[in-house]
Amino acid sequence: MPIDILMPALSPTMEQGKLSKWLKAEGDSVKAGDIIAEIETDKATMEVEAVDEGILAKILIADGTENVAVNTPIGVIAAEGEDVKAAASGGAGQSDKPAATSPQAAQSAPPAATGEAPKVAAAPKAESAVANPPATAKSYDASSEFPAGAEIVSMTVREALRDAMAEEMRRDGDVFVMGEEVAEYQGAYKVTQGLLQEFGPKRVIDTPITEHGFAGIGVGAALTGLKPIVEFMTFNFAMQAIDQIINSAAKTLYMSGGQMGCPIVFRGPNGAAARVGAQHSHDYAAWYSNIPGLKVVAPYSASDAKGLLKSAIRDPNPIIFLENEILYGRSFDVPKGDDILVPIGKAKVVRPGKDVTIVSFSIGMTYALAAAEALAKEGIDAEVIDLRTIRPMDIETVIASVQKTHRCVAVEEGFPQSGVTAEIGMKIMEAAFDYLDAPVARVTGKDVPMPYAANLEKLALPNVGEVIAAAKAVCYR
Amino acid sequence: MAVAARKTKAPAPAKPAAKPAKARSAKAAGEGASAAPSNIPVFSKDEDLHAYREMLLIRRFEEKAGQMYGMGLIGGFCHLYIGQEAVVVGMQMASKEGDQVITGYRDHGHMLACGMESRGVMAELTGRQGGYSRGKGGSMHMFSREKNFYGGHGIVGAQVSLGTGLGFANWYREDGRVSLAYFGDGAANQGQVYESFNMAQLWKLPVVFVIENNRYAMGTSVNRASAQTDFSRRGVSFGIPGEQVDGMDVRAVRDAATRAIDHARSGKGPYILEMQTYRYRGHSMSDPAKYRSKDEVQRMREEHDPIEQVRGRLTREFKVGEDELKAIDAKVREIVNDAAEFATHDPEPDVSELFTDILLEPAKA
Repeated sequence: MPIDILMPALSPTMEQGKLSKWLKAEGDSVKAGDIIAEIETDKATMEVEAVDEGILAKILIADGTENVAVNTPIGVIAAEGEDVKAAASGGAGQSDKPAATSPQAAQSAPPAATGEAPKVAAAPKAESAVANPPATAKSYDASSEFPAGAEIVSMTVREALRDAMAEEMRRDGDVFVMGEEVAEYQGAYKVTQGLLQEFGPKRVIDTPITEHGFAGIGVGAALTGLKPIVEFMTFNFAMQAIDQIINSAAKTLYMSGGQMGCPIVFRGPNGAAARVGAQHSHDYAAWYSNIPGLKVVAPYSASDAKGLLKSAIRDPNPIIFLENEILYGRSFDVPKGDDILVPIGKAKVVRPGKDVTIVSFSIGMTYALAAAEALAKEGIDAEVIDLRTIRPMDIETVIASVQKTHRCVAVEEGFPQSGVTAEIGMKIMEAAFDYLDAPVARVTGKDVPMPYAANLEKLALPNVGEVIAAAKAVCYR
Repeated sequence: MAVAARKTKAPAPAKPAAKPAKARSAKAAGEGASAAPSNIPVFSKDEDLHAYREMLLIRRFEEKAGQMYGMGLIGGFCHLYIGQEAVVVGMQMASKEGDQVITGYRDHGHMLACGMESRGVMAELTGRQGGYSRGKGGSMHMFSREKNFYGGHGIVGAQVSLGTGLGFANWYREDGRVSLAYFGDGAANQGQVYESFNMAQLWKLPVVFVIENNRYAMGTSVNRASAQTDFSRRGVSFGIPGEQVDGMDVRAVRDAATRAIDHARSGKGPYILEMQTYRYRGHSMSDPAKYRSKDEVQRMREEHDPIEQVRGRLTREFKVGEDELKAIDAKVREIVNDAAEFATHDPEPDVSELFTDILLEPAKA
């Protein structure tokens, strides 16, 4: 029975990758453990190791092919004694057997969120680990903010963040970046790729795994006027450092009677990625949004990620910059230019509508936008607002929308109690109660630690259907 | 350190707790070698007079703060530095203009030694608008950018990472400054202290870690809290040199501080000084100090008082007359009384201050 070699998933969020190189040719014999190919993910180059023995009967995906979806058959192995020709001609797609490969780190590049060497079985994924298929980025319109005449390029959120840091580091010698794996490894999520090469080890600093300590060091440096960008590999790990973030960074300006500003950016992925369990999936937007003295930013699109990160780096206050691992690889239109900033504290109406306001931020926007498109087909014209900044919250933009639509659904991946959407609901009640034709509804992550099992994880996260149902409910439809 | 009086039922403190601090070099530690006090350079008359005045100012200021706390003029927590004056005064005698100081919540002495005004410190204690933080920080949270005093921190151990960050900034700017990060024997058991030690030595940051071992973390004696009570050895696994210093002798402090600061300034990285000292008062104003004997306190005051040591030298060796010393005493009392008077009558902050200093306005692009 010929065995298909399937494109392996090499990180929790990988959906596709590039087959950069075959190390075996058709007709070569393969032993278990042999490195047969190299695959480039959005994070690293990985080696693919054969699990089964046999002859590489056919290569189905050629060297250099980009965007090979996970689980696509890339080759066929004929077992010993099998007819190689027959296997080659009939292999692809016939086998239901699990993939015959297992990945091995080529550049000691583990999936960053776990910090351990990858032992990712390339078993077929029954379904996408992401709870909802991504909304297409094109439904998100940020272009009205783009400067007239600016050249527009397509860029991933990851590249946008990297460019924002590089541009600001070129502009201001007091800006530096520190964190785990930001330098030689090129960033656990490749967000700091290339910065070490351009700015050197003094301004791109690999720290030991010691969040509490390096957060404090960053705050101390910021108190003297330097402008650190402190990367947390994920905000889950910032729990070790939250004392320095809140007690030192956020409060010192007030406690010093205005003498000691703290111009620092704490950034990194926040919230759920995919299948990484409760300790790597927490959304901390509500936590930090509770703290006077902090600004909390959570962009969705690449242009906002870039413009807001640049604003954050130039801001004289401590900023919590919440990124999202799943969004890193998404592409959006971004205007070119070193001085294109997006102001902190301004929400954006990204889809005008008249029947119901859907407000969200970060990856919550994928649900909001997909729901709006589906609702349009049913004759409900939803206005979608991307909050972009959680604190200070631009509630005025939300209120103005609610005064027009009289209905609101707030969406977040975080927990319901004391959540960002709870705050939105309360603020609408305070400011626009008389305008409401229905109680404000919210769609949130479920009130449970994030489960690992794919089906349970999917249930724990919000989904497009819930947003649609909530919008219909507030429209009494 | 937001903990109210704790009436401990712990057993009586171990007897040897009251033995006088002995100065010795940690590098020679283990061989029983001890740097004889005679190795310590003597002070000139001017140096002794300076140390006397500085320490006396702290002592009288703290006594006055204690009185004002009793009168209800100072609220919240108030941690007095009485007994430990030689540590910060000796350290400052070895530091240079521009070097930063950061400490925990027992911070009044450090501020005065950094040259901050008595009025501004006392007015902060009383929560008035003329305080260093305009009344919004209080005893544990005061700062002076002008004097390079970076607080005043209420979270035990947090100042160690922050102080390492100050050293990081000096390293980044290559400006030749040294950060002096003070913390107590209690804070020395916090995890972030060792995270900071590691990075400070890894990156050879110019920071001196000054462990003020006053023998009690609140009410817990060092031998009830610390597996390794020789705090000068706390950096051994990182390769950070350390010394135990008689923190009651301002000359010994200045001498060790000079070595430590030179080491840090020359690019060799951090240095640890364990200052063996003693606080005469309780942890805070509400601490009856039942965890130690009155005899222990009395013995330290009589035999090792840092101010009396200097006063004795001034009269015996430098033949400074009682009149001259009394004039210094009177001058110090005048400064402290003036500060108390100011802090009593200065108005509370304007209510508009409630919502200021939360965020800074970004510069216009």
